[in-house]
Amino acid sequence: MNAPAIPMTFKCRAHDAVHDAQLRRNFRGAMDFLMAKRAAQFPDGDELERLRSFGNAVRARALSKLPELLERLETNLTRNGVKVHWAETVDEANAIVHDIVRAHEARQVIKGKSMVSEEMEMNHYLEGHGVDCLESDMGEFIVQLGNEKPSHIIMPAIHLNAGQVASLFHDKLEVDYTEDVDRLIQIGRETLRRKFYEADIGVSGVNFAVAETGSLLLVENEGNGRMSTTVPPVHIAVTGIEKVVENLRDVVPLLSLLTRSATGQPITTYVNVISGPRKAEELDGPQEVHLVLLDNGRSQAFADSELRQTLNCIRCGACMNHCPVYTRIGGHAYGTVYPGPIGKIITPHMLGLEATKDLPSASSLCGACGEVCPVKIPIPAILRRLREENVRAPDDEPRHMRGQGSKYSRAEGLAWKGWRLLNTSPRLYRLFNLAATRLSALTPPKLGPWTEHHSAPKAAPRSLHELAREHLGED
Amino acid sequence: MSAKERILAKLGRSLAGTTPIADDYDQALVTTPWTYAPEQRIPRLRELLEAVHGETHLTTTDGWPARVVDALSARGIDELLISPDTPHGQQFAAHIAAIGKSVRLKSYDRPVEAWKDELFFGTPASLTGTLGGISATGSLILWPTTAEPRLMSLVPPLHIALLKASEVYDNLYSVLQAQSWAEGLPTNALLVSGPSKTADIQQTLAYGAHGPKELIVLILEDA
Ligand code: SF4
Repeated sequence: MNAPAIPMTFKCRAHDAVHDAQLRRNFRGAMDFLMAKRAAQFPDGDELERLRSFGNAVRARALSKLPELLERLETNLTRNGVKVHWAETVDEANAIVHDIVRAHEARQVIKGKSMVSEEMEMNHYLEGHGVDCLESDMGEFIVQLGNEKPSHIIMPAIHLNAGQVASLFHDKLEVDYTEDVDRLIQIGRETLRRKFYEADIGVSGVNFAVAETGSLLLVENEGNGRMSTTVPPVHIAVTGIEKVVENLRDVVPLLSLLTRSATGQPITTYVNVISGPRKAEELDGPQEVHLVLLDNGRSQAFADSELRQTLNCIRCGACMNHCPVYTRIGGHAYGTVYPGPIGKIITPHMLGLEATKDLPSASSLCGACGEVCPVKIPIPAILRRLREENVRAPDDEPRHMRGQGSKYSRAEGLAWKGWRLLNTSPRLYRLFNLAATRLSALTPPKLGPWTEHHSAPKAAPRSLHELAREHLGED
Repeated sequence: MSAKERILAKLGRSLAGTTPIADDYDQALVTTPWTYAPEQRIPRLRELLEAVHGETHLTTTDGWPARVVDALSARGIDELLISPDTPHGQQFAAHIAAIGKSVRLKSYDRPVEAWKDELFFGTPASLTGTLGGISATGSLILWPTTAEPRLMSLVPPLHIALLKASEVYDNLYSVLQAQSWAEGLPTNALLVSGPSKTADIQQTLAYGAHGPKELIVLILEDA
C-alpha cells in the first residue's frame, strides 16, 4: 500500500489549500448550499432528534450482532444466487475482483460510485493489469478525467466550478468549450452511454446490505448506478463489513436520514434494491452478481466499544459539510479517501495511526460534526480518544490501534506530569505563580509553533489569585 | 483459515460477553409524520414529483392512451416501447389500431443482448406500469418483470408510467407491510422519484444524467 506517505504532508497541503482563494470560494459556496438544503429537510427539530436516535439504535443493533448478520446475509445472498467473497485487506479484495475479471476475460469495467473501491484503489490496480476502469458517476467521471481524486464522498468534483469542468471537457474530450451545465452533462451522458453499452463488468458500492432478505440497496440520482448494475453481464458490488442491517424495515429510517442529511432530498431519484442475478426467464440484468465484503481495519475499530461507533456511519457526508476545517482546506488536503471528520476517525484504522497521526488533531473540536451526524457518532469524543491513543506509550497495554503512540514523546509526557503536580498542589502552584509573575521578563519570546501565528504570552505583574485574595482581605 | 473465518473470529472475540441489542423498532416515528388524509395523498405525490421535474397528469382508465399519444406527438416521437403481455400494453396497442395513428410499437420480447444497439440508440420512449406510489417522498414503485424488464424504465430518454390512484401509499414503511416485501423480493425492486438528475457540476441541477431525461406519470383516478 502506498497511501501512508500522503497524510504525512497534511500540514503542507492544508497550508496551500488555505491560501488558494478559488478553492476556498468553491468549497464555501458548496458547503453553504448543502447545509441549507439539509436544514430545509428537517423543519421539525423534534422529529430529527428522534430519528437520529432511531438511526443510531438500528446501526448499534446491527453491530451488536454483526458476525451473525454477516453470516445470515451470506446465506440469503447465496440462496438468491449472489456469490459472496470476503477480504481482510485491500490487496485481497483487488485479487478477488481481478480473478472475476480474468475469468470473464473482461477488458472494460464501468463503475458506479463506490468509496470502498477508492479504498482499494481499484482503478489503479486494474489498469496495472491491462483493464480499463471507467467512472460513470458524473462527479467521479470529471475527477477521473482530470487525474484527480474525489474531494467529497457524496459530491466528488465539488472542488471544481463549471468553468474548470468546461476546460477539462474541452481539453480531454475535444468538445467545444461551454460552461453551460446542461450541455456539459449531456456530453457526459453521451460519452458514458457508449461505455455502459460496451462494458464487460459493472462495479458498484452498497448503501445497505439487508441480512433478512439477502439484498443490496443502492441510492443514487443519476441512473449510473442502475446502469452499472443492470447492463454489463457481470456485476461486482464491493462494500465494508459494517454495511449490513438486520431487517428490510431497518432501511426505512436510515434511508430517510441518509438522503435528507446528504443532499437535502426527501429521497434520491433511484432506490435500487438488488436481490440476485438474472433469472432464466428474465430478459436483462447481469448473469452473475458478486459481493466483496472488505474488512480493511474495520474489525480493529469494532474491537473497542467506543471506537466501534465509528462503524455506525452511513456515509452521508453531513459531517464534512458542516466542518469548519473541511470547508477551509477542502477534501484533498487530507490526502485520504475519506476526508473531513469521518475520515479523521475511520482512516487511522485503515492506514494505522502512524500514517494518520496529524488527522485527529486537525480539528477545533467545535462539535458540529457530532451534532449533525444522522446516526449520532460522537465524533469529537472519538477524536479526543484518538489523540490519547496517539500519545500513549507505544508499548502500553492493552493495545487498541495499529500505530499506537505515534506522537508519543517521553519529554512531553513528563511535562504533563509536572503540569498535573503543579495544578493539584496549592503550595507548588503559588510558588509557580510567584515565579511566573515576578520573573515575567524572562519569558522566552519564541514558543515553538505557537508564536508563528500568535504573540508570546506574558504573565501580568500580579496573578489573579493574588489580586482576589487582596480584594477579599485574605492573607 | 479463510478470510471469512478470520474476520468472523475477530468480530466474535470483540463481542465476547456482550448481549445483542433488542429490536425496539419505532414504527410510529416512520409512519405518523408521513401519514396523509386520503384526499391529500395524490396532491402531495404530484407536488413532490413535479418539484423534481416529473410531469404528472390526472386521467382515467379509458382516457390514458390518448394522453400518451398527445405526449408523444408533442415531442415529435413516433415510436414507443411497450409490453404486449400486460393489460395496459394491449390496451394501448388496441387504441393505436383504433385511431389509426402511426405510432410504431416495439416490444421488449427478447433478451437485451439480441437488440442492445436498438434499445440504447434507437428507442426514444417507453411505457410501463407501476406497483403503486408513495406520497411521503413522491415515489413510484417498480418491480421489473419479464414483461417489463429492468432497462425498460431506464434506457429510453422518455419514461411514461401508469399509476393507479388506489395504489398510492402514505410512506415506505406502509408499502413494505402492505406488499410484504420482506417475504420475497424480485431480482430488482425500485423506487423512482423523478427523471434522472445530477448536481455534480457546481451544485447546478441538471436533468437527464444517465437515465430518462423525462418522466411522465399518468395517474388513473378511477383505478
Ligand atoms: S460520520 Fe455521521 S455525518 Fe459523517 S458521513 Fe458518517 S453518518 Fe454522515
